[in-house]
Amino acid sequence: MSRSSNPYQDDRGNKDRSITKEGGGEIDATRQSGPTSAASGGPFLAAENMTGGYGAADILHDCTLTVEKGEIAVIVGPNGAGKSTAMKAVFGMLNLRGGHVKLDGEDISALTPQDRVGKGMGFVPQVNNVFPSMSVEENLEMGAFIRRDDFGKTMEQVYDLFPILKEKRRQPAGELSGGQRQQVAVGRALMTQPKLLMLDEPTAGVSPIVMDELFDRIIEVARTGISILMVEQNARQALEIADKGYVLVQGANKYTDTGEALLADPEVRRTFLGG
Amino acid sequence: MDLLNALVTLLNFVVIPAASYGAQLALGALGVTLIYGILRFSNFAHGDTMAFGTAMVILFTWWLQGMGVHLGPLPTALLALPFGIAVTAALVLFTDRAVYRFYRRQKAAPVILVIVSMGVMFIMNGVTRFIIGVEEIRFEDGERFVITAGEFKKMTGLAEGLAFRSTQAITIVTAIIVVAALFWFLNRTRTGKSMRAFSDNEDLALLSGINPERVVAVTWIIAAGLATIAGTLYGLDKAFKAFNYFQLLLPIFASAIVGGLGSPLGAIAGGFLVAFSEVGFTYAWKKVATYVLPDSLAPDSLLQLMSTDYKFAVSFAILIIVLLFKPTGLFQGKSV
Ligand SMILES: Nc1ncnc2c1ncn2[C@@H]1O[C@H](COP(=O)(O)OP(=O)(O)OP(=O)(O)O)[C@@H](O)[C@H]1O
Ligand SMILES: [Mg+2]
Repeated sequence: MSRSSNPYQDDRGNKDRSITKEGGGEIDATRQSGPTSAASGGPFLAAENMTGGYGAADILHDCTLTVEKGEIAVIVGPNGAGKSTAMKAVFGMLNLRGGHVKLDGEDISALTPQDRVGKGMGFVPQVNNVFPSMSVEENLEMGAFIRRDDFGKTMEQVYDLFPILKEKRRQPAGELSGGQRQQVAVGRALMTQPKLLMLDEPTAGVSPIVMDELFDRIIEVARTGISILMVEQNARQALEIADKGYVLVQGANKYTDTGEALLADPEVRRTFLGG
Repeated sequence: MDLLNALVTLLNFVVIPAASYGAQLALGALGVTLIYGILRFSNFAHGDTMAFGTAMVILFTWWLQGMGVHLGPLPTALLALPFGIAVTAALVLFTDRAVYRFYRRQKAAPVILVIVSMGVMFIMNGVTRFIIGVEEIRFEDGERFVITAGEFKKMTGLAEGLAFRSTQAITIVTAIIVVAALFWFLNRTRTGKSMRAFSDNEDLALLSGINPERVVAVTWIIAAGLATIAGTLYGLDKAFKAFNYFQLLLPIFASAIVGGLGSPLGAIAGGFLVAFSEVGFTYAWKKVATYVLPDSLAPDSLLQLMSTDYKFAVSFAILIIVLLFKPTGLFQGKSV
């Protein structure tokens, strides 16, 4: 925690777990949402000209991501390109210096992440994306936290999508395998019935068979009308199912086209897809 | 007959007192463990929150008594309890707003919050003494005994008596009810589950639409409730004295840590372990031994391992021994 220059975050080398518990969140939860404004027209999600980072240095430079309704958009790029950072920016977890985020005809740039969930956005982070001590079923229930109606049906749908979760429903999510945990994470995000589902490397650490399966499930989800914005390390497979692809390099858009066109582009193939 | 007498002596001087003391420690440790699990720091102000809560209960008890309200055989303090909890919760929420929230916004390292809670402890300490004074206050009324030693002897014809004070009975019954309610709340209700989720993964809880500030507020309210109940039960059983609650912080932390910080079940087990060892080590076993052992082996000494003045040392000895063998505590708090 001592990376920061904020003296309040300096723990003076304390490692005593009997007085403090590590693992606090990164998001400022005391922040309040600002106002939204109408911004009709344009794609379903339009995150345009995003510029900003975690501290003084910018990670994102004029980065633009758009997704149409029911479309799958995939972000690929080298490690450290700023893909996860771009996802966080779209979800309001970053203080942007420039740019705006519009969802479904509304400018939501000033909203906190919590309030974006209420607007129909769901996010599966790259790491720490389950509640480890809670059972699979409780994880899904927490996904449905903002819903006041009966979510039993959605839970059945998630279990249909990922049958293994039904089998393990009573088991703590922290005791599942990596691939099963990713399924819990995606299932949790689906429980809100989002209009836009954002996935940061959902197939990380997953075997090829499960990966294909997971991609199939993601296509199924998109068919129900949910827009999907996804970061993927398995660029080739991901672009195959993508309606739109973004290649991000050093926080800026390098190539933007349909998934097919990017796969066919010799330049992209050579530099990012390994031939 | 001798064996029965030994058993009754044991019950009278060890089991019953330790059980009610253990229940008080367990309730206190539950509050500490809850704050640790959810707000991620050890709240050193918990002992003084107990003192403040009890002071409030005493004031409301006097007020109720002044109005001629009584609970019959039960102490009036039980009726004053909800009022005391409400005032304590208000104070604790105000403290959170005025003090802790600033550090939360700064994403302050938890160790800073530990030190901050010490500051809060000294202020609460002063406020409590300012309001109610430093003297010892007895505020129990109603029936004093469920059964007295004399009655017991007459009933059973045994040489040894068994006294069961009503405050001890009330402590144990209240503790069982409170613990059951707390576990039900944490495991079954939507708000309780959201607290566990927040304890597991703050950012993901927020991304699920859980309002973190609400979780924090509910945690403080529950902690204030547990502190006031524990403090009042302790005060009814012994007597109220602000300084005693400050000292009680030691065995309470020992209980929470021995059980495994962050684990509610551990807090309860820890509370009883510490209480039984404290009483067990400081009790003079001569009488029990005389009944059990044959005459030839009857002991001359008191068979007291330690004078009661050293009872706090027992908590720490247990703490060290348990942590040497199980560094995470008995029920390694899943989230620790
Ligand atoms: N919490 C943080 N605080 C400060 N800098 C960060 C933080 N997270 C990431 N960065 C920096 O931002 C840059 C982009 O990181 P990011 O996580 O967005 O990359 P990525 O494209 O998702 O990479 P990967 O493919 O490895 O997941 C990196 O240089 C990284 O050091
Ligand atoms: Mg990433």
